[in-house]
Amino acid sequence: MRFPMQQAANPIIEISGLRKVFHTKQGDFTALDGIDLSIGAGDIFGIIGLSGAGKSTLVRCINYLESPTEGTIRFDGRVLGTLKPAELREARRSMGMIFQQFNLLMQRTALGNICLPLEIAGVPRKKAVERAQELLELVGLPDRADAYPAQLSGGQKQRVAIARALATNPKVLLCDEATSALDPTTTRSILALLKEINQKLGITIVVITHEMSVIEEICRHVAIIDQSRIAEVGEVEEIFVNPQSDIARRLIFPGGMPVERLGSERCVRIVFDGNSSFEPVVANLVLECGTAVNILFADTKDIDGRAFGQMLIQLPDDEIAQKRVFNYLSRVGISYKEESIHA
Amino acid sequence: MLEPEIWGLIGRSILETFYMVLVSTFASYVIGLPLGVLLAITDKDGITPCAPLYTVLGFIINVLRSVPFLILMMTIQPLTRAIVGTVLGSTATIVPLVVGASPFIARMVESSLKEVDHGVIEAATSIGCSPFQIVWKVLLPEARPSLTVGAAISITTILGYSAMAGFVGGGGLGAVATNYGYYRYQSDVMLVIVIILVIIVQIFQEVGMRVSRRFDKRIR
Ligand SMILES: Nc1ncnc2c1ncn2[C@@H]1O[C@H](COP(=O)(O)OP(=O)(O)O)[C@@H](O)[C@H]1O
Ligand SMILES: [Mg+2]
Repeated sequence: MRFPMQQAANPIIEISGLRKVFHTKQGDFTALDGIDLSIGAGDIFGIIGLSGAGKSTLVRCINYLESPTEGTIRFDGRVLGTLKPAELREARRSMGMIFQQFNLLMQRTALGNICLPLEIAGVPRKKAVERAQELLELVGLPDRADAYPAQLSGGQKQRVAIARALATNPKVLLCDEATSALDPTTTRSILALLKEINQKLGITIVVITHEMSVIEEICRHVAIIDQSRIAEVGEVEEIFVNPQSDIARRLIFPGGMPVERLGSERCVRIVFDGNSSFEPVVANLVLECGTAVNILFADTKDIDGRAFGQMLIQLPDDEIAQKRVFNYLSRVGISYKEESIHA
Repeated sequence: MLEPEIWGLIGRSILETFYMVLVSTFASYVIGLPLGVLLAITDKDGITPCAPLYTVLGFIINVLRSVPFLILMMTIQPLTRAIVGTVLGSTATIVPLVVGASPFIARMVESSLKEVDHGVIEAATSIGCSPFQIVWKVLLPEARPSLTVGAAISITTILGYSAMAGFVGGGGLGAVATNYGYYRYQSDVMLVIVIILVIIVQIFQEVGMRVSRRFDKRIR
């Protein structure tokens, strides 16, 4: 298991021993257990898991919307649990947050929504309006200042929410399923905006999602959370290439690996780690080895123009042909793993 | 048809009724609005949960609300006399109206504030709003349409109470209805007053609804 995670080089958020228990009428429920995470400054860090895994609870503990039952959250060098209420509110201004349902004030215009955190921070009205206008430009809505949320599309609402979250120049932006209520095209444009914000402003972004495609698209690191615990954490590429936990495999290959349904056969699992593209590899393998192979399963993804993923190939019965396949793969520098599959 | 003096009396009593109802509504909001806010924020899902306060306050309000208005009015006569100096007339009626309507308004305000989407409150918390700022900048403005409808309902309820008060020495339309329509069997006076009351209720209700809708930005 790739666990626990190596310390991030320059952590801005450090979570250690985090545990959250909800006391409900039906008894206690442990929503988070033994969470250790370190999120580096400037990173885009994904947290993925199935519904109910505890993602929202985790992100809400990061800005203390929810107080941890045990453990500490250190943000920018300060342990949040030790802060007085006023200091905590001050600290929250350095942590913007956006939500699946946008959570805009319906009775305020786009500009009014963005001004709210500035009013709270005591910025004079005129300056606040100027800053809000700047932010509207940053998120690509310069001419919608006077629109009310009800007059905006989902994507536009999320842009306003992003602008509001950025108003007080936070160091971190927490995104809880920020694109889950949006269509794929809008999702992509919002993710592109988040990436731009990360690059332009150097803001650390924490992305909570249940969709692997979101992680692929923008994250550098990812933590996979399953049943209240971290199952795996590391670089996105690494985890895509070589998922260790069941939950990681399930999230990366949602179609499922048909492995269990096969008879006892010799197979080879080819791993694409971004250094090659998969089509010539298979074609050349067939040509060079002079043998047909059966692709049992393939799931490859294009990340930043490079191929990642896995392919499960059924080998010919002939042992010499099998050797040739292995030789070929070694020669072209593709990592593979021999597997025998049981029913 | 009614004699001119009666029309004059009805005209004056309309003004008296407006005086009682408007002053009472205002005073009831001065008391009921903060209480409603307190109820909304101290309930277990509120922004500053405080079960003892919520329970005690809720209990007092429920007790006041379960006493029928006429009985309440007579029960608190000593209080009325202490404040106004008399228990008769329009000004004296304002005291029981306020005591009767404030708890009602507190509950209306509580329910309006509880309609505000929890996610919005969460967003406000995440940008560093204090509980006071959440009330002032989020709960009250976001609940404005619902509060406006509540105000229309409150004002018409108070109008109803004020008419009842006419039976036991209150002023306004209720007093004319009691003295002429009831004791002197002038059913034509009674009918006119009923029609006037219906019209006033309709006007308040309609204006409240329109104002609420006109300023509700959730509607495109
Ligand atoms: N306030 C709460 N009270 C009780 N249980 C809760 C509360 N919030 C979350 N939970 C439970 O904790 C678990 C994790 O919830 P959540 O963090 O929202 O999951 P996710 O965001 O990954 O879907 C769920 O089983 C949920 O029912
Ligand atoms: Mg969630």
